[in-house]
Amino acid sequence: MSANDTTDELPEELPLGTLPLDAWHREKGARMVPFAGYEMPIQYTGEGGGIVAEHEWTRSSASLFDVSHMGQLGVTGPSEDHAEAAAQGAAALEKLLPGLITSLKPGRMRYSMLLDEEGGILDDLMVTNAGPRIALVVNGATKWDDIGHLREHLDDEITLHHFDDFALLALQGPRAGEVLEVLVPGTGALTFMTAGLFEWNGTHLWVSRAGYTGEDGFEIAVHEDHVVALADALVADDRVRPAGLGARDSLRLEAGLPLYGHDITTETDPVSADLTFALSKKRREAGGYLGHGPVMEVFNGGAKQRRVGLKLEGRLPAREGAEVFAGDTKVGTVTSGGFSPTLGYPIAMAYIDAAHAEDGTALEIAVRTKRLPATVSPMPFVPHRYYRGS
Amino acid sequence: MPRYFTDEHEWIDVEGESATVGITDYAQEQLGDIVFVELPSVGTMLDKGGDAAVVESVKAASDVYAPITGEVTEGNEALEEEPALVNSSPEEEGWFFRMTISDKAELEGLMDDKAYKVFVEGL
Repeated sequence: MSANDTTDELPEELPLGTLPLDAWHREKGARMVPFAGYEMPIQYTGEGGGIVAEHEWTRSSASLFDVSHMGQLGVTGPSEDHAEAAAQGAAALEKLLPGLITSLKPGRMRYSMLLDEEGGILDDLMVTNAGPRIALVVNGATKWDDIGHLREHLDDEITLHHFDDFALLALQGPRAGEVLEVLVPGTGALTFMTAGLFEWNGTHLWVSRAGYTGEDGFEIAVHEDHVVALADALVADDRVRPAGLGARDSLRLEAGLPLYGHDITTETDPVSADLTFALSKKRREAGGYLGHGPVMEVFNGGAKQRRVGLKLEGRLPAREGAEVFAGDTKVGTVTSGGFSPTLGYPIAMAYIDAAHAEDGTALEIAVRTKRLPATVSPMPFVPHRYYRGS
Repeated sequence: MPRYFTDEHEWIDVEGESATVGITDYAQEQLGDIVFVELPSVGTMLDKGGDAAVVESVKAASDVYAPITGEVTEGNEALEEEPALVNSSPEEEGWFFRMTISDKAELEGLMDDKAYKVFVEGL
């Protein structure tokens, strides 16, 4: 037996880093794998462990994910006035991001992307007006390239800070709100895509009501010296169990959320990737960001291929790289796929020629010697359940 | 009935001229939740060490190799309905396929249960 795994691709000679919760994960029975340059928990063993059990627990209660591999950055301008420094940072970032950053009010956040000159996607990220700075959360595998890209294109008077002494925990699931409110009073009042600073146990937490599972939940930035205590406090609540990268991947796939390096890359653009919502209308018209011209060509002319969802018949999943056919004609390629624990059948994301990308189109996916029937389906596959206020 | 093991974590039970093949408890534990097993069809000629079956877990697809050379005589149909049998009963109900034994000498290179246990402990 041998796995045809595709864990994240990094040059093997780089030594793997360890995250602040490394020992904590091992104590909890985690199986650690290399991911984004770190040893990270793919799943836990023992009672409640396993990708499907962790997935289902997240959909029904609340799970704790360690996402400390991600890059936490802060951008500020030269002003001594904090709000003004953040505004200068926002204005500078608009040269690189296709979204409206300057209009973000304090405590508000937005999904965006870093684009290259050709409109290709260098990374996707969360941007927050964090008060005295604009905060970015970028992918772990791309953070060093992102920092290089930002530093290259931002004026020297713009300060880029890497909060590499901060861990990031994601608490995700329908019971996340009630759990965190008990531990950190006030967090329950945050609504989806808002954030704030809270105090807990003598330290500060930066809490964002967002995530990557399609469920309600939070991402909590905490100094590495306090992350073990916070993780302990969270799992001390019976409603919370730890979950690994395996469940995170199956959850985000069901939620229709793209995974950088797989569903979105420099070979894809925001329009083909079905991320047009992140191209603010004002900025589409005014431009002024890297990649604007090429992105608008696709926006106006239409994408040749589009990222779509596929539902498969049977139980055999199609994985990244599987070719998609309409009759004998190859019309696309799967970029991520797997078995959906919630739905009980396999699902996938694929880039499909525009002529075959309409919802309901019947296609076939080639897996080894088989042709699997598949139907183009709207995403998310499993409805989002974000908290937008009572 | 002697049971042998490969260093790729397949087990093989030998019963006269026929053998039953599956994956070990260690293997299923490593794979996690299994959602699909693609078995070789009856009549397929397998080469020792060659591809024999594919196990799909939630996470990934993994190849299962033929421990010896021979012809497939039966596949475990129960796995079609319930692939999770490989997780719950990997070394009994979750067997994969039965095959003929072309060359009994090939069995000599495989591990017995004691040797396999030592092998797994060293991983």
